[in-house]
Amino acid sequence: MFYREAGQFKTTYAADMAVFPVLQDRIGIGVILVVAFVALPLFGNDFLINAVMIPFLVFSLAAIGLNILTGYTGLLSLGTGAFMGIGAYACYKLTTIFPNVNILVWVIASGCFSAAVGALFGLPSLRIKGFYLAVATLAAQFFLQWCFIRVPWLYNYNSSGAIEVPQRTLFGLPVTGATATATTRYLVVLTIVVVMTWIASNLVRGRIGRTWMAVRDMDIAAELIGIRLLQTKLSAFAVSSFYCGVAGALMVFLWYGGAESEVFDINQSFFVLFMVIIGGLGSLIGSFMGAALIFILPIILRAAPEALGLPLRAATVEHLTFITVGALIIGFLVLEPMGLARLWQVGKQKLRVWPFPY
Amino acid sequence: MEQTCRKSGSACFRRGDYRFADKGMRRGNMQPDGQGARKTPVESKGRLKMRLKHFVLGTVFAAGAAVLVPSLASAADTIYVPLLTYRTGAFSGSGAPIANGMADYLNMLNERDGGIGGVKVAVEECETGYDTKKGIECYESIKNKNPIVINPYSTGITLQIIPKAAVDKIPILSMAYGLSASADGNTFPWIFNPPSTYWDGASVFVKYVGQQLGGLDKLKGKKLGLVYLDAPYGKEPIPLLEQLAKDYGFELKLYPVPAPDMQNQSALWLGVRRDRPDYIYLQGFGAMNPTAVKEAAKINFPMDHLIGNWWAGNEDDARPAGEGSKGYLSLDFNQVGQNFPVIQDILKHVVDKGKSQVTAKDRVGENFYNRGVLNSMIIAEAIRNAQKLTGKKVITGEDMRRGLESLNITEARLKELGMDGFAAPFRVSCSDHNGHHSVFMAKWDGAKWVKASDWIEPIKDKVVPLIDTAAKDYATSNAGWPKRSEACDKAS
Repeated sequence: MFYREAGQFKTTYAADMAVFPVLQDRIGIGVILVVAFVALPLFGNDFLINAVMIPFLVFSLAAIGLNILTGYTGLLSLGTGAFMGIGAYACYKLTTIFPNVNILVWVIASGCFSAAVGALFGLPSLRIKGFYLAVATLAAQFFLQWCFIRVPWLYNYNSSGAIEVPQRTLFGLPVTGATATATTRYLVVLTIVVVMTWIASNLVRGRIGRTWMAVRDMDIAAELIGIRLLQTKLSAFAVSSFYCGVAGALMVFLWYGGAESEVFDINQSFFVLFMVIIGGLGSLIGSFMGAALIFILPIILRAAPEALGLPLRAATVEHLTFITVGALIIGFLVLEPMGLARLWQVGKQKLRVWPFPY
Repeated sequence: MEQTCRKSGSACFRRGDYRFADKGMRRGNMQPDGQGARKTPVESKGRLKMRLKHFVLGTVFAAGAAVLVPSLASAADTIYVPLLTYRTGAFSGSGAPIANGMADYLNMLNERDGGIGGVKVAVEECETGYDTKKGIECYESIKNKNPIVINPYSTGITLQIIPKAAVDKIPILSMAYGLSASADGNTFPWIFNPPSTYWDGASVFVKYVGQQLGGLDKLKGKKLGLVYLDAPYGKEPIPLLEQLAKDYGFELKLYPVPAPDMQNQSALWLGVRRDRPDYIYLQGFGAMNPTAVKEAAKINFPMDHLIGNWWAGNEDDARPAGEGSKGYLSLDFNQVGQNFPVIQDILKHVVDKGKSQVTAKDRVGENFYNRGVLNSMIIAEAIRNAQKLTGKKVITGEDMRRGLESLNITEARLKELGMDGFAAPFRVSCSDHNGHHSVFMAKWDGAKWVKASDWIEPIKDKVVPLIDTAAKDYATSNAGWPKRSEACDKAS
């Protein structure tokens, strides 16, 4: 009834090819953006912004990165954590060597370092596929994490082996370091994530994205119609690692405020991989949904017993959260193996004919 | 479509690509539930209804929870002490006794004395699972409830929140863990890590070895090994040991254990057997310690030459090796056992009333349990001190910082607390937030830890300069690090 595009005529090809061809979708995304940019900073408390929204956005960006590689190009990667680490360490090195350059420049530049390393570790993908490639990226994960521990130059010979975030400002306002307010950091992260999501959505709809998907669906056929596998796969690795690298830099500089190498271990890779799988392979909105389910749901579950007045101990709540999240993940995957994005899609289709389904 | 899908898995991906799904379906004249979909319309309708119902229920529940979260009780007439604990996850074996000890002591004060200075202590645990992400989430969720002190109980979490302490005005008490450099009170006015740093521990190890050999000059030409977790925590003692190796002329052998290989150390101990170090210092945590002790027993390494730091001194670190671990030594700064009035009070007022989370009564008095008690004693004494300094009953984080900074726990005070001999008397000052206090050797006798040496003082003149340099480095590498603006109170 409300979600129906009857009467919305497209008169140009551009309008027909728009990301959001339906008016209601455009209104929806507008509302979401207004809430995210205006309502949350105005009305959200520190906990919501610091412990929920910023990590959610950071993980969404990392999930988009991995989705480009695994969902759109069909190359399984277990090195996400390490690629995020490259971004973080590169950003740290760059900003300590050139402290006067704006930190945002370095956040983006650190993505380029990550992209270069990602492309390097993507080279085996030309010969191997599937599980074998996963093992090759696992090697990247372990090798890079080894570097984060064993190359003291990367953390400026700090005796605790951790990277610490110095204070940096943007238009006179501190954006990193302890004095930066949660709202400032949130707005910076949000802007970067929105812009990069927009770029990604155009990338995957364009020529590059189509070559990725062609390779994913059948690489031999793709080669036969003239897609060069090496460039395509390496570009997928580079773009994916770029996104992961920026997410890693954001994570350390605008969320954690300092990190040790363990942050970028194999668990981080799995964490992001689960988001992608549960959110939906090959879907940008799925990346956001997956990040929400994996990261925000446990927070809500953890707060639920206390909010409902149940006198449960902290450890019991934690166990219950583990059980519930695990059950929900299995439940969602059984109900819809294609992820939350597919569920969302089905829901929208149903909504179009509601309340008179046929 | 169904057929292609069955034939090759990769073609199924196509359905996952929804970017044009709206349009694709319209153009292809497919009904949403028609031929293109996998299920019959009827079945799918039922399932969708169910899904929608669940979705709506879930959303309502989530929204309700989100609204209720900030409205948690924070009564004005209690002192709120949050405890970051880890009773779940890979390190719960160490985390649970510490958490029990900390909570039980504070609860005992509530039960026995009606709180501290007439004000009840509100103890609340937040489960971190030893995970930095969750630790920060905990920190964010408690920082608005006027906590007076944070006990992170994880080096990773401590490192994250050190810069926030000065901004949020909440002191951090990281008892003998965290950042060694934070012992420098001029650079880190909000961080406290008494009674000893990891560098003090390593220096005590060297001193003890010297004592056993008959003098520090006998160390010349000896081989000392360091078996450590290859992470910031494990690597901490290396700079100090390298310095001491230079000064005393012993050879330092490093044996790193990568975190994923904590339980797979046989290759490392083969190396140990080849090198034959005279003494080994073990800076490990969690599952790494029992494995190391077991492997050492397997190669017949003399157990009294294997010395763990204080986080390698859990009962469960030594017990799994059975008879073989008899004689294993561990640094310690708190006594073990129930033969202290304070522990008896905890048993009487908390454990016997069923208000404790300990699984069995005889687990009260374990090494890490008592360490938790000591940690809470420091909190309680600092609160008392702050109340005395400010004249307020309900104190804030800022008052607590003053209370911690002028803390001086004398022998007499320990006696009053029922902790005679339980721990060494200690004090901190404005410039020294650690004190570099003495520790002793605890020996595993096959069933429990027993005190096996006198209190040994760290080699302060080697440790303190290192701390000063490290603190300065920290301040320079964190550009914009605030200068100390907090006034200094006279010691009580």
